[in-house]
Amino acid sequence: MSYSTHLDALEAEAIYIIREVAAECENPVMLYSIGKDSSVMLHLALKAFYPEKPPFPFMHVNTTWKFREMIDFREKAAEKYGIEIIEYINQEGIDEGINPFDHGAAYTDIMKTKALKQALDKYGFDAAFGGGRRDEEKSRAKERIFSFRNPDHAWDPKNQRPEMWKLFNTDINKGESIRVFPLSNWTEKDIWQYIRREKIDIVPLYYAAVRPFVERDGNLIMVDDDRMKLKPGEEIKHEKIRFRTLGCYPLTGGVRSDADTLDAIIEETLSAVSSERTSRVIDSDGGSASMEKRKREGYF
Amino acid sequence: MNGLLKFITCGSVDDGKSTLIGHMLYDAKLIFADQEKALVLDSKIGSREGEIDYSLLLDGLMAEREQGITIDVAYRYFTTDKRSFIVADTPGHEEYTRNMAVGASFADLAVILLDASQGVLVQTRRHARICSLMGINHFVFAVNKMDLIAFDEERFNDILAEIKVLMSEFEYESLAVIPVSATDGDNVTERSERTLWYDGKSLLEYLEDIDVSADDAEAGFTMPIQRVCRPNSSFRGFQGQIETGTIAVGDEIRILPSSEKACVKEIIAGFDNVQKAVKGQAVNICLDREIDASRGCVIVKDAAAQTGNMFTVKLLWMDDARLVAGKNYMLKIGTKRIPAVVMDIKYKIDVNTRNRIDTDTIYKNEIAVCDISTSEKIVLDEFRNNPALGSFILIDRVSHMTSACGVVTKMVSRADNLTWHDMTITREQRALQKGQRPKTIWLTGLSGSGKSTIANEIEKRLFLMGRHTMSLDGDNVRLGLNKNLGFAEGDRIENIRRVAEVAKLMNDAGVIVITSFISPYERDRLMARDIVGSDDFIEIYVSTPIEECEKRDVKGLYKKAREGKISSFTGVSSPYEVPTTHQIEIDTSDITIEEAADIVMKQLEKLL
Repeated sequence: MSYSTHLDALEAEAIYIIREVAAECENPVMLYSIGKDSSVMLHLALKAFYPEKPPFPFMHVNTTWKFREMIDFREKAAEKYGIEIIEYINQEGIDEGINPFDHGAAYTDIMKTKALKQALDKYGFDAAFGGGRRDEEKSRAKERIFSFRNPDHAWDPKNQRPEMWKLFNTDINKGESIRVFPLSNWTEKDIWQYIRREKIDIVPLYYAAVRPFVERDGNLIMVDDDRMKLKPGEEIKHEKIRFRTLGCYPLTGGVRSDADTLDAIIEETLSAVSSERTSRVIDSDGGSASMEKRKREGYF
Repeated sequence: MNGLLKFITCGSVDDGKSTLIGHMLYDAKLIFADQEKALVLDSKIGSREGEIDYSLLLDGLMAEREQGITIDVAYRYFTTDKRSFIVADTPGHEEYTRNMAVGASFADLAVILLDASQGVLVQTRRHARICSLMGINHFVFAVNKMDLIAFDEERFNDILAEIKVLMSEFEYESLAVIPVSATDGDNVTERSERTLWYDGKSLLEYLEDIDVSADDAEAGFTMPIQRVCRPNSSFRGFQGQIETGTIAVGDEIRILPSSEKACVKEIIAGFDNVQKAVKGQAVNICLDREIDASRGCVIVKDAAAQTGNMFTVKLLWMDDARLVAGKNYMLKIGTKRIPAVVMDIKYKIDVNTRNRIDTDTIYKNEIAVCDISTSEKIVLDEFRNNPALGSFILIDRVSHMTSACGVVTKMVSRADNLTWHDMTITREQRALQKGQRPKTIWLTGLSGSGKSTIANEIEKRLFLMGRHTMSLDGDNVRLGLNKNLGFAEGDRIENIRRVAEVAKLMNDAGVIVITSFISPYERDRLMARDIVGSDDFIEIYVSTPIEECEKRDVKGLYKKAREGKISSFTGVSSPYEVPTTHQIEIDTSDITIEEAADIVMKQLEKLL
């Protein structure tokens, strides 16, 4: 009996990490963003503790601009697995009318980064799992699996705590917290192959279908509801598109695709010439170091 | 297809580590188009005359790009037709040695670069030593910048000889030395026509083909327990990852350190019941009978691990604060965390000359051999036998920094002659001598709730168990230490502060302290907890309701308070804040003192 496939090793590593946090941290939470990585992470958490339920809550930081299908999916997932999913919305931002069309980078800061910090502080979570992977982006490639944050949630990339073997040191001072990335060593391809192997449910937006969208600055932006304001000259097209990552619909670019099965998606991923983050508008403003800057400010 | 290969690149600064990996990814067409575009763009901004600077693919931090150096490990993921790879590109500066060690602890193989025009440098030796220390068994030396020495075979052979001398000290399974040019691409992914005298593989070919699977089919079964799974009263499983060997339903196992035996009733892997599980798998194991085991214990089959509380280690010191003998740390080994003292620094190793240097102080980035002692027996093994039970970290108990990492090289029995250098006696040693963990057991509750009675009873029981104890209450504190204090708010706080300070001193002396004070305010109890130290503070809330306390009214105090003869009497005319941080709660309304003490002792035994 051999037990050495690449996916088996990644799965065992992630389960080990998730159990270590549950055993050592006082008040952990698993961030659930409804995307494919979150779906994989949720699946791993269920496996890690079975037949017990995961001994921590899940949390979704909602900007109110997520694709409608994502919210439907979240509700179904909570019911199907019998888990608690806390929803957090930065109400101040809503009251001030912050939106992705008019406020650009400030929107991300207020509705995502700030909202996340508020939510973690509100519930006093000392450790938060995130689905980040090192192959996503070059500052992420430098981040430890256990990433320490000061009381302002800031990351200090120049002074990361050593992480030896799998002897994770979870000791922190009051007010500090840890972001934990059990999928650090997974690639986009691993995620898709694991989803296929384990038959994990994902939001239908990942599959190609005819959807309404406009072309804006080279991105295909789906018109998910009537809050989407068209710019002069833009017209709504109906073609087969799908999404490689999911987030706020006005900030997430789709790709033209016919891949409407998992096999076709994997085939497309293997032959992709662009990395998945190119479809996220959020990464490209601010130059090549924009992700690192946001992480220093407390972004996941 | 071969299995996943995790490898690192290391070596001195400017030996071209990042450039080599960047070039490999580029040549093997493993870079996405947008990353390539960004690379070309970034190279133009850089100073290297518009040529593609492959290192920019890996140096992802702003500070790294600004300074043109690698500070921390970068992980890259790529797949060729033959194999999947994870490469950790590590920094070359001595200052960032610990980050290099992080990469080495993760890898199965090391690619150590050196500059052909310079040969083996101090940093080459240091990195080879750390790789070996961290358990790497497969080494590739990439002799880089061959273009600078005109691909001279003789010069290469000189370096080859230097490398063989360097490696003669270490144990390893495979060694290859490859002449390359990272900037020009010679022997990186394909054999170069400029080194026809070299008859080996290119670096990528070599990495694709090498077998790094460990040959440990004979190893016994070990699994450190990560947590106990108890979804309901009928199910109790032990969760962990199998570190060595195999396990099957029906096998007889032992729990270490207690050595209790049981048989495997059920193995759950993921959502499935399985008959058998092997090394690497995350499982949940149920036994055929109730057995006392928790996180930090290890399930073993056959004689697969040892227990002990003194052992010799080889460690890499990573903290800015220096290591001196006698200091105590939190040790993490497997899933066990336990206080430990570095008893004796035997020597440090000069990475350049290999000499052993006598010393009693170890500084950042130095490698030393020491003896470590733990406050109780733990499960461990020599690193070469079982990497998971033979590797550890030391955590600073104040800064929480991971101060050191190391490997167990030898068990030390008590009979061995330990040399105690000029060393002051520490809190841990005093506790070790008494064979106990000194704690402060803080009872809080209303007047008449039963605090003193319980304190008295549990002290008697601890005493009978051979524990060294001391009881503090109003009677023995108010008459002496605190006789200058009254009952005003400031005095009340000072009373609690002094009691907590005395308790802490007694804990330092190795004594278990039991206090019984009403201590009605949360902030006062928190102050006491801070003074004593949260790890050593056990709060017991004696939650007998006021009706019952008033009914008892042993000293007639409630009656006087109701009549207004005592001002600010807790529960009557001043509040009692119900604790939120207590570990134990006991209500004495309907039980005898023996029953109450039984309940408290049962929980205390886990904490003491």
